[in-house]
Amino acid sequence: MEVNVLAFGIAKEIFGASSIIITLTNDATVSNLKYLLEHQYPKLKQLASYMIAVNNEYALDGDTVHQHDEIAIIPPVSGG
Amino acid sequence: MTTQIKIADTHLNPAECIEWVMSPEAGGIDIFIGTVRNATKGKTVVKLDFECYEAMAIKEMEKIAGQAFDRWPVQKILVHHRTGTLQIAEIPVIIAVAAAHRGAAFEACRYIIDTLKQTVPIWKKEFFEDGEVWVAAHP
Repeated sequence: MEVNVLAFGIAKEIFGASSIIITLTNDATVSNLKYLLEHQYPKLKQLASYMIAVNNEYALDGDTVHQHDEIAIIPPVSGG
Repeated sequence: MTTQIKIADTHLNPAECIEWVMSPEAGGIDIFIGTVRNATKGKTVVKLDFECYEAMAIKEMEKIAGQAFDRWPVQKILVHHRTGTLQIAEIPVIIAVAAAHRGAAFEACRYIIDTLKQTVPIWKKEFFEDGEVWVAAHP
């Protein structure tokens, strides 16, 4: 399946786009997604940390992702 | 228990925020106003850019307000945050809390701004005279 990954802040600069398409297996987890993202965009590994959000909630590595989920990469936040 | 949460790309107005949290039941209001500082670690800052994942940011701010209502006897919570470009001394964030007694207002206000900085998906980029950097992105 193909999923759309939204990017913000420095992640947008690393991707060179505000969203990218990633191809995953149907039962893929957040951990699988992170592995593929880091493989395609090694600069992600230089970040202090980053999280994946699924449907506007922080997701855990073991959570499954589905084709129509709203997925986003959340680099270290710095609001306020 | 009333909450007002807003993400705006235009000037934040402290007077309007104070007006909104004021009520006859309140014994005090506590307000935190963030302002853009002209330097970071000795380097001159020219301006800041704020970017936001709005749908999730609003959800996270609502969660924080809910946690504050659970933990302290507060009556009203307001959280306003800016996006876009801010010049020195402009206001990126306002937190205002009304409570019957000052202790709860102070503590809830501090909890809200501290937690917002840790969990709400908003990012700031600092522009210096010789470059720019996404704050907190790298170790």
